[in-house]
Amino acid sequence: MHRPIRGPRWAGRCALAVAATVLAAVAVGCGSDGSDTSSSSGGTTASGDTIPVGILHSLSGTMAISEVSVRDAELLAIEEINKAGGVLGKQLEPVIEDGASDWPTFAEKAQKLISTDKVAATFGGWTSASRKAMLPVFERNKSLLYYPVQYEGLEASPYIFYTGATTNQQIIPGLEFLKKELKVKDLFLVGSDYVFPRTANKEIKAWAKANGMKIVGEEYSPLGNTNYATTVNKIKQAKPDAVFQTINGDSNVAFWKQFKDSGLDAKSLPVISVSTAEDEVKGVGIDNIVGQYVAWNYYQTTPGAENEAFVKAFKAKYGQDRVTDDPIEAGYVAVHLWALAAEKAGSTDVEKVKAASKGLVFEAPEGKVTVDGENQHIYKTARIGKLRPDGLIDTVSESDGPIKPDPFLKTYPWAKGL
Amino acid sequence: MDVFLNQLFVGLSIASILLLVALGLTFTFGQMNVINMAHGEFIMAGAYTTYVLQTALGTGAIGLAFGLALPAAFLVAGTLGLILEFLVIRRLYGRPLDTLLVTWGVGLMLQQLARDIFGAQNVNVSAPGFLDGGVTIAGADLSYPRLFIITVVLFVVTAIAIYMGRTPAGRRMRAVMQNRPLASVSGVRTTRVDRTTFFIGSGLAGLAGVAITLLGPVGPTLGLGYIIDAFLVVIVGGLGQLRGAIVAALALGMANSFIEYNTSTSIAKAGVFLLIVLFLQWRPEGIVVQKRRGLA
Amino acid sequence: MSTLARLLPRSKPTPSGFLVRFALMAATLLLIAPAVLSDFRLSLLAKFLCFAIIAIGIGLAWGQGGMLVLGQGLFFGLGGYCMGMHMKIVDAGPGNLPDILTYSGQYDSLPLLWKPFTSAWFAVPMAILLPMAIAALLGAAVFRQRIRGAYFAILSQALAAAFVIVIVGNLSLTGGTNGLTNFQTFFGLSVVDPADQRILYFVVVIALLLVFLMTRSLVLARYGRLLIASRDHEDRVRFLGYDPARIKLVAYVLAAGLAGLAGALFVPVVGIISPALLGIVPSIEMVIWVALGGRQALAWAAAGAVMVNQAKTSISEEWPSGWLYVQGLLFVVVILFLPKGVGGAVANIREYIGRRISPRGGVPRSEKPKPGPQVAASAAPSAARPPKEVA
Repeated sequence: MHRPIRGPRWAGRCALAVAATVLAAVAVGCGSDGSDTSSSSGGTTASGDTIPVGILHSLSGTMAISEVSVRDAELLAIEEINKAGGVLGKQLEPVIEDGASDWPTFAEKAQKLISTDKVAATFGGWTSASRKAMLPVFERNKSLLYYPVQYEGLEASPYIFYTGATTNQQIIPGLEFLKKELKVKDLFLVGSDYVFPRTANKEIKAWAKANGMKIVGEEYSPLGNTNYATTVNKIKQAKPDAVFQTINGDSNVAFWKQFKDSGLDAKSLPVISVSTAEDEVKGVGIDNIVGQYVAWNYYQTTPGAENEAFVKAFKAKYGQDRVTDDPIEAGYVAVHLWALAAEKAGSTDVEKVKAASKGLVFEAPEGKVTVDGENQHIYKTARIGKLRPDGLIDTVSESDGPIKPDPFLKTYPWAKGL
Repeated sequence: MDVFLNQLFVGLSIASILLLVALGLTFTFGQMNVINMAHGEFIMAGAYTTYVLQTALGTGAIGLAFGLALPAAFLVAGTLGLILEFLVIRRLYGRPLDTLLVTWGVGLMLQQLARDIFGAQNVNVSAPGFLDGGVTIAGADLSYPRLFIITVVLFVVTAIAIYMGRTPAGRRMRAVMQNRPLASVSGVRTTRVDRTTFFIGSGLAGLAGVAITLLGPVGPTLGLGYIIDAFLVVIVGGLGQLRGAIVAALALGMANSFIEYNTSTSIAKAGVFLLIVLFLQWRPEGIVVQKRRGLA
Repeated sequence: MSTLARLLPRSKPTPSGFLVRFALMAATLLLIAPAVLSDFRLSLLAKFLCFAIIAIGIGLAWGQGGMLVLGQGLFFGLGGYCMGMHMKIVDAGPGNLPDILTYSGQYDSLPLLWKPFTSAWFAVPMAILLPMAIAALLGAAVFRQRIRGAYFAILSQALAAAFVIVIVGNLSLTGGTNGLTNFQTFFGLSVVDPADQRILYFVVVIALLLVFLMTRSLVLARYGRLLIASRDHEDRVRFLGYDPARIKLVAYVLAAGLAGLAGALFVPVVGIISPALLGIVPSIEMVIWVALGGRQALAWAAAGAVMVNQAKTSISEEWPSGWLYVQGLLFVVVILFLPKGVGGAVANIREYIGRRISPRGGVPRSEKPKPGPQVAASAAPSAARPPKEVA
């Protein structure tokens, strides 16, 4: 059982070698320790030849399925900016870290980017949980985070720029579409069990109450759940006119496959999703989802010269089989917004960049976006899309121009007391 | 009544998936006492095999590719298992808990490997056309993919039962499992039996991988979702007991289905875990117990 | 007792050797590390040292007691949540609701679950006692049923997984997957102030050193011998009139308490506690720290936690998209070729060098203890290398 290893001589040598490897690995870390005490150059003063910027997404773990594409888009944007001469005459140098789908790791790596690499800004995060974990780090260090994913709202940190949609730019337009175009009266809510779906559904229920829509069911499943047979049976029992879907990650695939598998489709029961985009559709399989609805601000098919150029560049860099979608575009926009603001401010200093960002306008692939000076979200056009047989999404309904971001839903009377 | 029948079918379907992912473990874990945490990654390998075949054969032959994937995934995952056995596991016999830690490391590497080969995103595996749709019997909707998985499980279970019970190779396997030294002195080449056992156990994981592409995502972290459930089935069933595993999978599947219908997905999952903890208090050795002499 | 005590070889380490090593380690942690490391690296080290406290518990329960505790994340999380809830309440100030409770809009006043945590006198002891109580309940049932090995391991995993689902499912009460984050103060210290973070570092170091000394003296005491005996031959211990279930239970409960303490310290140091930290994956990682460091010796178990986490941090910083290969390979190679972890290897090397330098110095091969009875065989390493085994 616990026999002492006292084998032949090579065992000792072998042990020595392994121990040396381990120690060397540890030493690598200790080596990199030195840099953060000695080097004082960095983003805030931008005294070096390059400007380091942080990229912090999950490259491993369950969230890598979504986040890796956003990293790709951000790297593309950095490459474009560098080709065009960089920012303030300096090249951007991306420092990539892996958040590993683990929220405390996001906090740790954010701190590392700020204190060791002295990044001028960080682009990163996907889940609300990762953002909440990073928020105190960025506020404490007075450093900037650009967060590129639609989220549940109710937040406006002075050190975060939110380039994805908040609820009034995505969920409420989606609900209005259901009411006006699909004449939905009974709605069923399914979501993953975490903050975004819970908060979104709370807002949906308040909206439904004010708009005469009935919520006939509400189901949550743990992230990573792959068994939706019972949920689908419950939906069938409740006989809703439509389903509002906020399922995220791997579960998304399982939901769509099993929804189709139980004999339902877009004709018999329309579903509108706010977390299924082109990148996810590839994993779901278009047969399982064709004809269903999604609500975002950008699709690969969105018209405009900027988008054509963006899609072309993205495919050229990462392969023709890759697609672009809303969070990918938001990540791309985030980098450009920061670069524009830094140029305008003439400095990468955080406070100056923040000041320069107020009202900043950028011709993004999704159309003209404007940074709201107050809550640091951006004005975005809401677009309801319909899945077409080739896996891309057609816009079937669009808001009249960009919608002002309202993360706390102050301008909506029904949202009082949320 | 519809509800009851529907949930009964759902329970059966969950049970069939649980059993399929756990069958391989009744060999590697149950018989060889190897806690193979990379079993989940072998499932993943099976799923990706389906993807590769579908991509290679094109959209015209999705059904054919799916059919070919069943034996191919068995071979792919089985071969991975053989490599693992040869490089790692055979040095660790008698150290079951170390096998857990080592295979965990192997699992991490396989996940990253899948990510580097196939991309971080989920890939699409299409269900073959003949599995489209379903039948309704007495108000219960029985979908073809789920019926197909149940059929696969029935087939595999029968095959295993025949192999273990009726063939000389199966007999040797049981002999090694029940008393390794005695089998060895009786002329059974235990190393070869171990290798075969591990090959079959891993191959079954690959088979499971093909089946679950019908209902779930195909991505690098696919295995994580199934691995603990699979171990629980084996433990509740009783180590290395095919009958026990079948009963355990059915019980867990039904419990999950009916608790979930009456409460929520989260409560069903947590509830099933707690039921298992309680059950093992009552029967610590699982449903079917191998009779043994002696103390432990 | 005496019968068994005589059976087991006495391996009292030389006290002076241990004291020197301990003093050196304490000086490194208390004096050198704060002087050479930046604020960020120091707070990372503080985090790793919290993990080292868990590792000491695992070293006790697994290394000495043979129970593969694969659900320590559960206890770590319980401790963390107890402390986190208290800090959240204090941050909100009297009469106000902590922010995470306001999101759901369900609560006008503190819910029942939170109320007792207003008092530090409740929250801090609970962070340690609650995990111990749950471990006692589970352990009493499990060990009496003689559930062991893989069964016990998978069972603890299931429990940790269930706990995660419960926390995630009660979003309005627990913060769900987000967990508790954005803390401001910890007993008057500002969590965000680097100077106060340094004080926290010293708190963690002192806690770790105390925990280590206490656990070590327990292992060296008569109880420690009994624990090892129960690990290696439970039946023999039973025949001698002891109750191995009870002996193991003590170690298991203590390990749970240590994990709880680590959780309670982790929250102010890192500023977050979330379900991601306490499920199946982190629980397995905790055991891996100990396996890599060396399960037989508490100090090496603790060192393993620091080494593995430092390696993880530095490798993933160097190679963010491929670090899993390195980490996975490291696990495989170390466990395959160094069954006793780095600690065992270091001991081997010392012995090897000792033999090389003076052929008579080391233990000659022919005098290797006979692997006869189980108890003796397992205790053999401590006979061969007395000073290093436990310390």
